[in-house]
This record gives sequence, C-alpha cells and structure tokens, in this order.
Amino acid sequence: MTARVCILDASRRRGAEADGLPARVAAALGVPVRVLMRTFDLDRAWDAARGQHDASELVAQVAAHAGGSREKFIAVVDADLYVPVLTFVFGQAQLGGSSAVVSTHRLNNEFYGLRPDPARLEERLEKEIIHEVGHLFGLVHCRDWACVMRSSTYVEEIDLKGAGFCDACAALLREATGAGAAAAG
Amino acid sequence: MSQTPNAAVALLVVDDEASVRESLARWFAEDGFTVGTADSAAQALQRMQERRWDILLLDIKMPGMDGMELQQRVAEIDPGATIIFITAHATVDTAVRALKAGAFDYVTKPVDPDHLSHIVQNAVRQRQLQRRNEQLQEQVSEFARADAIVGDSPAMRRVYDLIQTVARTDTTVMIRGESGTGKELVARAIHGNSGRRYFPIVTVTCGALAEGVLESELFGHERGAFTGAQYRRKGKLELADGGTLFLDEVGNIDTKTQMDLLRVLETKQFTRVGGNNVIHADFRVISATNRDLEKAVQEGTFREDLYYRLNVFTIFLPPLRERKGDIPVLAEHFVKRFARQRGMQPMAISPEAMDALVRYDWPGNVRELENAIERAMVLGRPPALRPEDLPFQVTGPAARPGTGTLESVEREHIIRVLEDNHWNISRSAEILDIDRATLYHKIERYGLRKPV
Repeated sequence: MTARVCILDASRRRGAEADGLPARVAAALGVPVRVLMRTFDLDRAWDAARGQHDASELVAQVAAHAGGSREKFIAVVDADLYVPVLTFVFGQAQLGGSSAVVSTHRLNNEFYGLRPDPARLEERLEKEIIHEVGHLFGLVHCRDWACVMRSSTYVEEIDLKGAGFCDACAALLREATGAGAAAAG
Repeated sequence: MSQTPNAAVALLVVDDEASVRESLARWFAEDGFTVGTADSAAQALQRMQERRWDILLLDIKMPGMDGMELQQRVAEIDPGATIIFITAHATVDTAVRALKAGAFDYVTKPVDPDHLSHIVQNAVRQRQLQRRNEQLQEQVSEFARADAIVGDSPAMRRVYDLIQTVARTDTTVMIRGESGTGKELVARAIHGNSGRRYFPIVTVTCGALAEGVLESELFGHERGAFTGAQYRRKGKLELADGGTLFLDEVGNIDTKTQMDLLRVLETKQFTRVGGNNVIHADFRVISATNRDLEKAVQEGTFREDLYYRLNVFTIFLPPLRERKGDIPVLAEHFVKRFARQRGMQPMAISPEAMDALVRYDWPGNVRELENAIERAMVLGRPPALRPEDLPFQVTGPAARPGTGTLESVEREHIIRVLEDNHWNISRSAEILDIDRATLYHKIERYGLRKPV
C-alpha cells in the first residue's frame, strides 16, 4: 500500500471533534492519514483589494512542502480563499497532483450569521477534505447527490451530501490508491 | 434524454491573464470537462482548427483582437459553438452588444461559483437539445424523401424543376394529371422541400365524401352540431396549421362547400360546423384534379373564383404512355420495393416481360403499373418475371380491343380490370376513371359476378 495522505493543519480548531477527524478521513479514503501542525505565509497569498487569500498561492506553498514525495498533502486554513475568476472557493486541489488546500472560513456557521456549531463544522470539513483528496487521486465531480465527489457551491449542498463515495467513485479511488475504499455512507 | 458525460463536452477558456485561465481550467477539469486554454484570440482561432469546441469562455478585453471580434470569427467557423463572456470590465453597452451578437451569457469577474456552474450546465443542456433537434430534423427529412418520384425522362425532369421552384415559395399549387400519375407524391415533394416541412401535410380526398361530411371534415364541428356529433372535432384546416393542406380530387367538391372553401382561402379564417368561434389557420394549399376544370367552370359546376384562387401555379403530370422511357426504372423500383416489403429477394424482369411493359399503354398510369408488378411478383417465379405473369397480354404491335359493339368492348374491359384488381371496386373504379356508383351500376347492367 503506497498511497498516504498528510493533513497540514494550520487552523485554530481544537477539541475532541477535531481530534477524531483524521481517523474518519482515513476510513472514508481507505488509506493511512497523518496530521502535521504547520503554518503558511498567508501574507503572500493576501489580496488587499478582495480581502481574501489566493488559493492557488497556498496550493503552491503546499506543493513546495511536498517536494517530490508521493504522499498527498492537504492544508487546512481558516483564511477566506478565492481564485481570480470566482468570488470564493471552499478549497482547491491539483487534479491528480500532490497538493490541495481547504478552508474552514465558509464552513463556519458564524460566517452566515448563525450560532457556532463545532460539530457541524467538523462534519463539513471532513467532507471537503475527502472531496479535495479525491481530486488529488484524479476523481472529478460526480452527479450522485449523496456522493462526496458531488460539486458543492453552497454550504447547504455540503450538508446534503454524504462523506462516502458512490460505487463508481469508490471503484476509481480503489484503482488510484491500490487500496480498499469504504463503501458509500 | 440521457445526460452526456462532461468529458464529451469540450470547453475552451480564452483569457490573456494566466491566473484566470488556469483557475478556470482547473475548475472545469474538476467537473470532468475536456478543457483547453488560449492566451489570445489568435491562439483561440488556431485551437479551433485542432478540434470542435462546444463552449467558449471569452474574456472581452484582450490585447490584439478583443473578445467581441473573436466572437464574430468563431461564429463564422462554427455557428453552433456556445459563447459565454467573462469580463472584469462590465458595461451595459458591451453586455447588450455581446448578447445581441448571439452570446449565450455574460458574467463579470469575480463570478459566484454557483452562478458559473449553472450557466455552464444550461449551456450544455442547450447544446444537447440543439444536437437532438438537428438529428430529428435530419430524420424527418429522411422520411420525407422516402417515397420518391421515379423517372428521368425530360417530361419528369421538367416536373422536378417546377417542384423545386415552387417549393421554396408559399404559392398555391394545382397539380393536373390523369388518375394514377402520382399527383399526391408531387404534393408531398413540394411540402417536403418547403419551409413548412416540419409541420404536417394534411390530405383531404374531396371526391370520397358526401356534401355534409366534407364540410365537417374540413372545418371540424362542435359537439351536437348534427346527429352523431357527440364530440367536438378539429377539422383538417386546423390540423394543417403551419403546414400544407392537400385537396385531392378538388374538382368533385359540391357547390356549397366550394363557396365556404373560397372564403377560407381568402381569409384563412373559419368557424367549426355549429360553432361561433373564429379560428385562424396558416397553411399552404395544394390541390389536385384529373378533371377538366375549365369545362366544369364553363358548365357552371365549378366556381370560377375558386378556380382562379386554386390555379395559381400549375404542374402538369404527363401520363405514363407519354414517358415510356421511365417504365423500366419504375418497374424495377416497384420490384425492389415489394421485395423489401415482403422480405424476399428482388426478381429480375425478363427482356420479354419488359418489352410488354413498355409497349402497353397504361390507361391507369403509374398506379396501374404498380399493381401489375405487385400481381406479377405473386405469380412469378425466380429468377425473372415473364410476360405470362403480367395481368395483360400484348399481341401484335399494340394492344387493340377486340371487335364488336361498343357495349361488348366496355363489358370486356370492365371484366378485365375487375379481375386484375381482385374485384376491388375502389381500385377498379379509379383505374377506369369512373366513380364507384357508376361502376356498381355497370356491373349490375352487364350482369357481372365475382367468381367464387
């Protein structure tokens, strides 16, 4: 089993829910997952005019960290992310590459003027990490409503889908990881 | 309709800014689309030579040729390509110009991901519908071509020219010709080559219907308009809306209906029998007759004003005896068609049989030839049809009726036609060019009996 995933955690999340996340991600992907605490040069990604951070710049910083490793790296940040043409992104990944980033910013209930819900945040973050890592393993968006690879442009759509893969995506993932991915759930 | 996988949809992103190009390309790649990029209009045009791009996302402001000009050039290369503008410099003026020039949509940077995703999904859906529509139109055209007019004689070539000329116009057409010459096929060919071809062609056989029935057939009727009218029914004029109304045997319409029909042709408005609502219908009229309408006008049985209304552009179909050169191709066409319909091997026609076919005079024209071939295919044995298989015998230089009184010749001729058509009264009457009542009358008068 050669495929491995490393979460580079630069977020301020703490607590039992946050601690349980890596194991849940590992179960969904069917590959070992480790966590490293890291910080990134957020200033370099900052766009003052938009008041947001450039997701592509952060992906580049993750890629620099990854070097030539065959491990898949995904950074977790609290900053609000964008790409030039879009108003925001939840995360970004190199399709079939090594590096990705995901943000907690718009997964937080507070962003939408609601009461904080740490459990809900962890649930959303788990799905987004699995989704972006899915892209790193070459998977594209899926039309299945319940599949984690379903594209979500609204936070409600993240809540709607599951954390597991549909049969078709699970098969593709197994092929890419050379391991047994968990069934849809 | 099944969904096309996104990989089958090719998307070209044209923007001079690398960051925009790359982020868009990555975004669409995650959706599974086939994605290409170009950093200028010139490069985009180059990439259009490489393959077909379904959707093009264009930046408006680019150095060199801008997005608006590129849009025009793309439309020249591939009018079916869907164009979406993405621009940082939104003005109402450019948006209006872009959409007027046929752009699918117009968005400003940065765009909400959900919005962009919807626009592209709609573009893909429109593209699928467009393609499906093209396929269906193609299929419809195939059907329209299915039963073609056969013949390459100068007389028929002239007919084809007239069909082509008149089909493109919306002119009223009258087709003249003897019974069995293929007047309905000509009407269908005109309709099939006209701008109305995706709408119906509705045939009304005027001669086959009694006075009141024809009226309700044409105009429809309201519930209770007459005894037996239990339901409201649309007339043929309404059904022909958008398409073509083909009035076959128009010379047989009674005087009352002639007047009503004239009014409809002049106003394109009518009411159903027993109704008050004025109904509008838009159709082209093609009529056909084998009667001498001019004589009927002189005798006062056909309205002169209706005659002029219908007789705008006339196509004369020659009788088969005047285009004998077409008989071999027609005969072979029917052999092949019957063989195909019955799933049997097409038979050849022996030279002797072909000679007999060409020498015969065909008073019933192409329809008679069609029937003769059908009968011969039943009787004949492979490999070839022989003269004995044909329903008539040609002796000497030309077919000549026997000697005797006029009545005896008529009696013999009626017997032969009835036998040739298995005592099918309608078909026999058609070939004899008399109505069914007259034929029944003659059968009775000559004491003819169907053999048991």
